[in-house]
Amino acid sequence: MIIDLPSTTTSQINSRLVRLRDEGGATTLGRVLTLVIVTEDGQRTDAAIDAANDASREHPCRVIVVARGARQAAPRLDAQIRVGGDAGASEVVVLRLYGELAKEGASCVMPLLLPDTPVVAWWPFEAPVSPSKDPIGQLAQRRITDAAAEKNPIKALETRRAHYAPGDTDLAWTRLTVWRAMLAASLDLPPYEKVTEAEVTGEADSPSTDLLAAWLTDRLKVPVKRFKATSGEGIVQVRLNRPGGEVDLHRPDGRVGTLAQPGQPSRSVALQRRSVRDCLAEELRRLDPDEVYAGALKSLSKVAKGRVPSAKPEEAPAEAAAEPANGKAARKAKAKAGS
Amino acid sequence: MTTSAKWRNPLRDPRDKRMPRIAGPSALVIFGVTGDLSRKKLMPAIYDLANRGLLPPGFGLVGFARRDWADQDFMKVVHDAVKEHARTPFNEAVWQQLAEGIRFVQGTFDDDEAFDSLASCLAALDAERGTGGNHAFYLSIPPSAFPTVVNQLKRAGLAQAKGDQWRRVVIEKPFGHDLKSAKELNRTVNEVFPEESVFRIDHYLGKETVQNILALRFANQLYEPIWNSNYVDHVQITMAEDIGLGGRAGYYDGIGATRDVIQNHLLQLLALIAMEEPVSFKPADLRAEKVKILSATRPAEPFEETTARGQYTGGWQGGQKVPGLLEEGGFSPESKTETFGAITCEVNTRRWAGVPFYLRTGKRLGRRVTEVAVVFKRAPHLPFDDTATEELGQNALVVRVQPDEGVTIRFGSKVPGNTMEVRDVTMDFGYGHSFTESSPEAYERLLLDVLLGEPSLFPKNDEVELSWEILDPVLEFWARKDEPALEKYKAGTWGPPSADAMTARTGRHWRRP
Repeated sequence: MIIDLPSTTTSQINSRLVRLRDEGGATTLGRVLTLVIVTEDGQRTDAAIDAANDASREHPCRVIVVARGARQAAPRLDAQIRVGGDAGASEVVVLRLYGELAKEGASCVMPLLLPDTPVVAWWPFEAPVSPSKDPIGQLAQRRITDAAAEKNPIKALETRRAHYAPGDTDLAWTRLTVWRAMLAASLDLPPYEKVTEAEVTGEADSPSTDLLAAWLTDRLKVPVKRFKATSGEGIVQVRLNRPGGEVDLHRPDGRVGTLAQPGQPSRSVALQRRSVRDCLAEELRRLDPDEVYAGALKSLSKVAKGRVPSAKPEEAPAEAAAEPANGKAARKAKAKAGS
Repeated sequence: MTTSAKWRNPLRDPRDKRMPRIAGPSALVIFGVTGDLSRKKLMPAIYDLANRGLLPPGFGLVGFARRDWADQDFMKVVHDAVKEHARTPFNEAVWQQLAEGIRFVQGTFDDDEAFDSLASCLAALDAERGTGGNHAFYLSIPPSAFPTVVNQLKRAGLAQAKGDQWRRVVIEKPFGHDLKSAKELNRTVNEVFPEESVFRIDHYLGKETVQNILALRFANQLYEPIWNSNYVDHVQITMAEDIGLGGRAGYYDGIGATRDVIQNHLLQLLALIAMEEPVSFKPADLRAEKVKILSATRPAEPFEETTARGQYTGGWQGGQKVPGLLEEGGFSPESKTETFGAITCEVNTRRWAGVPFYLRTGKRLGRRVTEVAVVFKRAPHLPFDDTATEELGQNALVVRVQPDEGVTIRFGSKVPGNTMEVRDVTMDFGYGHSFTESSPEAYERLLLDVLLGEPSLFPKNDEVELSWEILDPVLEFWARKDEPALEKYKAGTWGPPSADAMTARTGRHWRRP
């Protein structure tokens, strides 16, 4: 059900929400959080709402969309309430703010927050320079940004580092979880040796690749090189060098990866790129500050950028495919020579 | 080189709560792979785990059955089962990765050759897929076949792990049919697999709502002060099913509802509701408390008044004509098997002295529901007119285990109007409203725990034996005295009259769930 409330106020919205609950049963009971989506009014707004609705199947919430419209118009608040089939397991309130009001989103959001439950703010596209100082950001315990969706992703990540406050998080980090889990699991197996150096290869403008490299530097305390990939999407390859042989996780096509490590046959790993709704659902699962992310951000500057894409990442998988038996030994020898 | 015990993985950090627990390299062998459970629950659960990225990259799944299948045929069966029953959407890339590790071994349980080829199949998986010699054996087979299979596993050298490897065996209920047979079964299994590598599946314990009982009780301040005999009047634990027993005669005839359900599911629920706070949530500490509470639990006597049993007759249920038990195929027309069983337990601890725990289960009851209801005493003094509180019942806290998982609190509230009138209302917490529609299936959680070697959700042999010690006196009494009589009840009702009589004798009554 979609209810339009043109040129309205938040108290009218609130009383409409209460009436809807009375009429439609307990639709708003049991919500665990309020998710505030901040975006410019436009076509992309609906894509963000859809992602939030999907995520709400895991975390029923009240979604407040702050869509900032034309600044030159007369100040006005148009609202739209979506419940039931149009809103997943959530209830969505879209606030379209025009004129001077466009800058005063926080004042419109405040009366609509659910009592005594966490508030999460999400900027699906362009985010403020310092989310924690933004008026809406200040209402929220947790502030989600998405560096990859900004015009200059690498620069956006740099801004995140400069303005990090506990409670900040970025979907570029969320997209890494599967990679990080796979790499951590690979180090659970013998040989139990220290990693001596690591290399991460990915698209030039992939902030996740940068973050992965930074996380590895932070955790492993070794030099990590970041290379630009000539082909592939997002993160393409990670190699962890150890005296006893290297761990090599390679995803050439953005879908299926190959994991090779000493003492284990090389295996394919499903590593499909994660959708925004998946990432958002993961973000909403944790509402406490992510200290590991903070650590990774801090280490961004320690990552050495490789100018030329390394020859090795291209070569190694081809070799493995051609000669699975000898490939491992050959790589092992090379790793030894390198260390 | 460091050893596994000393190795600290630098990429793991307890603060890193996003990082999922992925099972280590391993293979799962399912015996009885053609059964319903395997198709509807196990295979979909394995796929769902893979889809959530929780299985190791080189996971192996081996089916063992009599059918004359090739790997491809088995793969097709798994594929269809996954497509039909999996919780998460079908993803071709995930399936391909999983399918690479699917194998099938054909044979019967007494066939030495078949187990030898199972051994070589697993050895091949270790080499090709890197399953690392870590094997879990899921025995989805009748208990009578356990001795044969575990001994075959031993003979083929599959039960013995070398070095860092592990071997685990997963078994399902029934864990025997009385104390003696349970001990025998435990002995048989333990002769080959040490107790720490035996995982007894009680799928109820994998349910989020059941685990939530621990959170509800031990994470909140609100309930603990009233969680004792000062405030609690009695506790009702119900597991009702609306289905009959058509087609299950072979398993059920002679076993009955009490052995089938009360011994495992209901007594485990009782333990979770009644136990003291564990020192920590480590498996050993949790188990210590469960064992303690089960060893303090006794069936209340006299049994002819505190227990009830019944058998359903045909009739109309939910718009369908259904047969009675005696008309169901496979059951003897003189069958004395009970399809409804109810017992009263007393828990002899300071916390619970004098609080009866009523446990009931049955087939073809009013509807499918499992719940635990903690019913509180009436307020000692009501400063209202008698007429004001006529409609006020006892306060109750109900944990709804399934379906519609959640918690309900029932309390009195003023009826709007100009007179003071108090009536029962309920306050609902729905898991599906506050959390996920897509919470993992019980089997997903349990299978992952088996692969991770995390035993807290699996009852151990002493818990099983203690449950039989509670139940055996009732079963013996029923067999010896034939009292209370095995009464008939109509399909679609809430059991025989003796069930109501057993609570009515102390002025209580069953909740209608």
